[in-house]
Amino acid sequence: MIIELTDTSSRDVAAALINAKRTAGASGMVLTLLIVTEDDHFEEVLSAAKASATAHPSRVIVVTYIDEGPSQLDASIEIGEGMPGDLVVLRLHGELRHHADSICLPLLLPDSPTIAWWPNDAPDHLAEDPIGGLADRRITDAAGCHNPQDALLRRARNHSPGDTDLTWTRLTRWRALLAAALDQSHAEVTGALVVSAPDNAPATLLAAWLSDRLAIPVERFDGEHPGVNEVRLTTTEGDVTVRRVAEGTAIYQVPHQPQRTVALRRRPLTDLLTEELQRMDADDIFEAATRRLVADAEGR
Amino acid sequence: MNSYVNPLRDPQDRRLPRIAGPCVLVIFGVTGDLSRKKLMPAVYDLANRGMLPPGFGLVGFARRDWADQDFAQVVHDAVKENARTPFREEVWEQLLEGIRFVPGTFDDDQSFERLRDTIRDLDTARGTGGNHAFYLSIPPSSFEQVMTQLRRHGMTERHEGNWNRVVIEKPFGHDLESARELDDVVSVLFQPHEVFRIDHYLGKETVQNMLALRFANQMFEPIWNNHYVSHVEITMAEDIGIGGRAGYFDGIGIARDVIQNHLLQLLALTAMEEPTSFEAGQLRAEKKKVLAAARVPDRYDLHTARGQYAAGWQGGRPVIGYLEEDGVSPGSTTETYAAMRVDIDNRRWAGVPFYLRSAKRMPRRVTEVALSFKRAPHLPFTATDTEELGTNALVMRIQPDEGVTLRFGAKVPGTQMEIREVSMDFGYGGSFTESSPEAYERLILDVLLGDPPLFPQQEEVELSWKILDPVIEYWASLKQQPEQYASGTWGPASGREMLARDGFSWRRP
Repeated sequence: MIIELTDTSSRDVAAALINAKRTAGASGMVLTLLIVTEDDHFEEVLSAAKASATAHPSRVIVVTYIDEGPSQLDASIEIGEGMPGDLVVLRLHGELRHHADSICLPLLLPDSPTIAWWPNDAPDHLAEDPIGGLADRRITDAAGCHNPQDALLRRARNHSPGDTDLTWTRLTRWRALLAAALDQSHAEVTGALVVSAPDNAPATLLAAWLSDRLAIPVERFDGEHPGVNEVRLTTTEGDVTVRRVAEGTAIYQVPHQPQRTVALRRRPLTDLLTEELQRMDADDIFEAATRRLVADAEGR
Repeated sequence: MNSYVNPLRDPQDRRLPRIAGPCVLVIFGVTGDLSRKKLMPAVYDLANRGMLPPGFGLVGFARRDWADQDFAQVVHDAVKENARTPFREEVWEQLLEGIRFVPGTFDDDQSFERLRDTIRDLDTARGTGGNHAFYLSIPPSSFEQVMTQLRRHGMTERHEGNWNRVVIEKPFGHDLESARELDDVVSVLFQPHEVFRIDHYLGKETVQNMLALRFANQMFEPIWNNHYVSHVEITMAEDIGIGGRAGYFDGIGIARDVIQNHLLQLLALTAMEEPTSFEAGQLRAEKKKVLAAARVPDRYDLHTARGQYAAGWQGGRPVIGYLEEDGVSPGSTTETYAAMRVDIDNRRWAGVPFYLRSAKRMPRRVTEVALSFKRAPHLPFTATDTEELGTNALVMRIQPDEGVTLRFGAKVPGTQMEIREVSMDFGYGGSFTESSPEAYERLILDVLLGDPPLFPQQEEVELSWKILDPVIEYWASLKQQPEQYASGTWGPASGREMLARDGFSWRRP
């Protein structure tokens, strides 16, 4: 990396040095991120991996399965280029897919946590998967599967501590607004409804969380916009409403207070990953919500 | 207190940020540099991270003939230029709805009438419900006037369920007496827990980092005392001069400006015993104990040093000396370099000198706390083997590039037995998946949430003045001007001699 500074001062040079050092991977890397994918999603996954490697000083290992052909391992390594960590792309041909753990284990960073991420389809039992077994935290993304609702339910049925799904991460802002609304109104919630695009997986999870926390049934309605459109909590004091009116903006209504608009945007993938990588412990609240999801699905 | 438990919250649910309740932030002195470079961007960054309540009002008060939209434009530009997080239109729109400007002066009743009406209007229109935070980004001399006006116009009334808080900036007075007067002025209107003192050099993040390093680890505590530590150097160097701030700085000096609050806080955090919990009150109790035990040794002529920057070259640019700055009289005795030794009379630190120094126009901008260790009692090497070996050091870097450096000896590769100093580095910026929030972001959030501040309360401020006052009095009694030092160097000879007398030398930060 070469940084040119013209008409500068030693102060700017010093600042540029620190900045460059931060992005050059000089100091300790904090985690290993294993990204597991099939060949047909390779390109998009690789760009997500690069974005992640740029955001965090970590070792990113992309594990790609290529079904045909004899067993063979191809690897490419990228270091520097504006990334604070390193990026290793492994292409596993044929039989090797069943022995991915033996390939990855020697490459994990010492001591620090390992996170596995399946951006698309994921095995049923994450913790029992060769790669999943190496990881302390396992992240999936139901939205990247062919049938997100099914995928979410499968995740919920096979949940083990340390698993999370990005569906959950996408809900954090919604949940924060709703929790903040109750912080202010202090009213008892007597009813709840969620309006969303038909068959929307995040909405299903949000409804499961609400009914788990509030111990009331949550009604579901189809809306016209993509994703979650609106959440309304009926309280003894009046309605709490969060309704998305445009991309990035929502109407926020709390009893006895004027209606307000708030920023509520869809967060890019790197944001979601950053949130996931902050927490290395199991997410009990997610687990409770998935239990409720399974119970609802089975009509209990 | 009421016992409402929010069913949507759970201590286990650490993804959910705490969002402050609806409130109005009123900034006095909103046209200042600080407000543009730090406060407004911090407000935006908070909004962008989803930490600000829906229903947040930002009111600027200053002597400008501005309408709301002019002020909004100023905020907009400040945010675009200085915010830490990317600019997003929808977040800006949310903020914009609550932005108001009140033109006026502190002595004008009408201005404060307008301010009250503006706040009342926001209370209903935005639902901010009488929750007000007043940020006094103004000289302390105006505090009394503003306080009187706030009270006269009924802006700090307490009702059921609302709050009023005030933020004041360092310096908290210019000596013990004025600090007490200032406190009297503020405490007429605000209770101690409603007063947030900010030292923007020392964010809560830094304080917590230091606490975590000291008390979350087993390996540092055993050596954190006079058995192993030979001396401690606490440095805060700025690479700039006073700029246009002669009116503020001349007559005050760097010791009052920085050592009283910032360096003595760093000293307290470094030297204090472990608090029984990290509750703010407990933390303050420990800091108070150590500050009460700290003093500058009596021979001020031997254990303190002061200087003034002279013209010179600083980082490749020619700069003028302090006495040539606009608004500084050629006979000024205000120091721009201050160094002093502080001894702490307790079992842990007796015999370990703490050297504090703070200065302007140093070679680079740096703040750090360096613990130097004693030499090993016996070295089983020949003298030539260890010729290059200094002493071990643990350096807490505060800024820039916050982190920790350990220095120790290692063998130079090769057949010769030669031992030399090496460094092991840790940086907060490169070791986590998140970047640290700005000090102001943390502070404003604390103010809005009403989190007990880790910032000093009055008693600590007074203890700090008690340490510093005698030194400043001694300096004032001297006939000659402070020693000149060339800009862009590490300070005057007297500063080096001060350490040399004790057998040490400043490390180069």
